[in-house]
Amino acid sequence: MHELAITQSMFELVLEQAEKAKAKKVDKINLVIGEMTGVVGDCVQFYFNFLSQGTLAEGATISFAMVPPKAQCQNCDETFELKEFDWTCPKCGDNKLQIVAGQELFVESIEVE
Amino acid sequence: MKIKVLKDILSANEQIAQANRHLLNSKGVFAVNLMSSPGAGKTSLILETIKALKSKVKIGVIEGDVSSSLDAALIGKEDVPVVQINTGGECHLDANMVSNAISNMPLQDIELLFIENVGNLICPAEFTLGEHKKILISSIPEGDDKPFKYPLMFNKADAVLINKIDLLPYLKFDIQAFSQAVKGINGKAEIFQISCVTKQGIQEWTSWLLTKMSRK
Ligand SMILES: Nc1nc2c(ncn2[C@@H]2O[C@H](COP(=O)(O)OP(=O)(O)O)[C@@H](O)[C@H]2O)c(=O)[nH]1
Ligand SMILES: [Mg+2]
Ligand SMILES: [Zn+2]
Repeated sequence: MHELAITQSMFELVLEQAEKAKAKKVDKINLVIGEMTGVVGDCVQFYFNFLSQGTLAEGATISFAMVPPKAQCQNCDETFELKEFDWTCPKCGDNKLQIVAGQELFVESIEVE
Repeated sequence: MKIKVLKDILSANEQIAQANRHLLNSKGVFAVNLMSSPGAGKTSLILETIKALKSKVKIGVIEGDVSSSLDAALIGKEDVPVVQINTGGECHLDANMVSNAISNMPLQDIELLFIENVGNLICPAEFTLGEHKKILISSIPEGDDKPFKYPLMFNKADAVLINKIDLLPYLKFDIQAFSQAVKGINGKAEIFQISCVTKQGIQEWTSWLLTKMSRK
C-alpha cells in the first residue's frame, strides 16, 4: 500500500548516490527488505519504472533480498524464525521475544556504469 | 561498478521527523501519533481525552484523512485548534505532511498535540512523524489476532489501547491471549482496556499520558 512513498524515497536516494559517483547509468539496485514491512516487490518495480523515466536510473532492475522475520528469546537467547501464529521459543517455550530481523528497508548497493 | 550504499530508504522522512520533534520540543509540545484500523476509535478517543483534560492541558489536533474533513469538524466543536491534512490517497501520514501542518498551528498555545493518522495498520508503522509517543488502538470487534497479523505496528507502539471494551460480552475476544502476544514482542508497551462509550479506563489512560508528558 505504501509502495509509492517508499519507491519515491528509494529513487531519490539512488539518484543522489549515482550522481555522487558521477555515474552515467544505473543498471541494478540491490534492496534488502524485511518481510514484516509488507512491501510488495512488483509494486516497487512498477512505480520505479514510472518514476525513473528520463533519468539515469531508467531501465534499472531492482533485486529484492527478502529477510524473514526472526526473533531472539529473552530467556535463553535462542534465535529462531517467527511463525505467523506461534510466538513462543522453540527451545524453552518462553514468549518474551525481541525481533532481530524482518524489519529491514534499505538500499544495500547500486551497480552503475 | 558496484557502490555500497547501506542507507535506510526512509532516512529522508526520518530527518524531517527529527526536525519536527526539535521544533515541538522547543515550543514545549508533547506529540502523540494515534494509529489504528479505520473505525477503531481514534477520533472518539481524542474527543474523550479532550473532555477529560481540557481544564488542565492545552490540546491541539492534527487530523489525517484520505479525503474528508468530517473528523476535523467534530474536533473543532470542542474549541481546540485543529488542522486537517488530506493525504490525497496516501495511506499514511509522513513527516513532511506533519511539518506543513504544524507550521499552521499556534504551537505556543499547545501542550499536547494529537496526530490522528490514516486508518491503516500497515503503512503508518514505517513513517515516524516527530512524535514523542506512538499509540495503537485495537478494538474488540477487530478480533484478538491483530498482533500476529500486524507485528510491526504492535512492536513499535508505546501503548496499546483495547477500545470498545463495552462490547466484550457480545464478541469473542481473548484479552489474556491478546495481551500476552503484545507483551511478547513488545515488553515496553503499556496496555489499557478502555471504552469511549462507558468511559471505562479513560482515567487510567489520561493519567498515564500526563505522567509521560511531565517526564519528557
Ligand atoms: N461500542 C463502542 N463504540 C465505540 C467506542 N469508541 C468508538 N466507537 C464507535 O466506533 C465508530 C468509529 O469511531 P471513530 O472514533 O470514528 O473511529 P476512527 O475511525 O478510528 O477515528 C463510531 O461509531 C464510534 O461511536 C467504544 O468504546 N464502544
Ligand atoms: Mg477518525
Ligand atoms: Zn528460549
